[in-house]
Amino acid sequence: MTDNPTPPHLDVPGRPPPPADPVAFAKARRNRNIAIALGLVGFIVLVYLVTVMRMGGHIAERPL
Amino acid sequence: MAHSTTAPDARRAPAQKAPALWTDYIQLLKPRVMSLVVFTAFVGLVCAGTPINPLLGAVAILCIAVGAGASAAFNMWYDADIDAVMRRTRGRPVPAGKVQGADALGLGIVLTLLSVLLLALTTNWLAAGLLAFTIFFYAVVYTMWLKRWTAQNIVIGGLAGALPPAIGWAAASGTAPANAWLLVAIIFLWTPPHFWALSLYTSQDYAKAGVPMMPVVKGATSTRLQILVYSIVLIPVCIAPFFTGLGHLPYLAVSALGGAVFLLLAWRLFRSKAGEGADPRNTPELYDVKAGAKDARNLFAYSIGYLFALFATLAAERMLGMA
Repeated sequence: MTDNPTPPHLDVPGRPPPPADPVAFAKARRNRNIAIALGLVGFIVLVYLVTVMRMGGHIAERPL
Repeated sequence: MAHSTTAPDARRAPAQKAPALWTDYIQLLKPRVMSLVVFTAFVGLVCAGTPINPLLGAVAILCIAVGAGASAAFNMWYDADIDAVMRRTRGRPVPAGKVQGADALGLGIVLTLLSVLLLALTTNWLAAGLLAFTIFFYAVVYTMWLKRWTAQNIVIGGLAGALPPAIGWAAASGTAPANAWLLVAIIFLWTPPHFWALSLYTSQDYAKAGVPMMPVVKGATSTRLQILVYSIVLIPVCIAPFFTGLGHLPYLAVSALGGAVFLLLAWRLFRSKAGEGADPRNTPELYDVKAGAKDARNLFAYSIGYLFALFATLAAERMLGMA
């Protein structure tokens, strides 16, 4: 047994070392992913609403 | 005077000491600075006097706020090396090892694209172009160039922080007339006395990081004189909106009376010994001496209140139908 938890084949130069608390990191990553998803949904809703507002009423009656 | 206090790799957090929370990414956007941007942009939007759909107005302000946040993320990425040295900034997410520098850079790029494009879609290309220019000016001209090179860094770089009222005005009306630029001029001239008052009692931090702030390069006496000179120039410009028709009698009262107090505090600061114990050219061993720091703190705090009062009065006059 060795004290180093990283297998030698994963010890690549430049690769960040493994997190000290993998559970906490996984939970934080999940929360970040949820925040990104909410941000994207919010952006899509904003684009939709802004498009509707900018088109204005009677859009179907406008000449092509 | 160009400085790089540590190796460029300091921009990348070597290893994450703690998991990055979504709140750390919010911190990258400097929410306190963002609040000032939101407020001044809102006043610009209201002062334009052009009716705008409330939803479109709110989205426009949101875009300007997110654009300001993108600038801050670029700044946090590029300045991680000097932020790590300064006591005031070493707790920021990148130097604290909570967020990787590359992630801060990526966040800045994504938020820039989204905010500029959505502002163009919501309002017009003038407002979007001004927002893009503001982000570029803060991230590249100020952060990457001026900040480490010249003692005039916050004077010239202050333009980025001054532009939001013009963006708000352009978002509402599609134009940026002289009165919009008058609001920009007020914030532009307000920035040097505001930041130099702060730097007088934090100059040891800047000196340690190699940032050529005015007290570090020219000394405390010269800085206090320049604060006074800028204050004397600032107050007439603050009163000017009354004469251009942008402000009315309440604004005249606030700008003139508040300006008199501003000048009094600037004079007191000039006569004080603020920053002298922290002059690194003369007495580096006296960094802990805070002679006259109270006068510098007073002007710093008051300058925030004065700017807020000016813009709040302008907005209130418009919303109450005085203009």
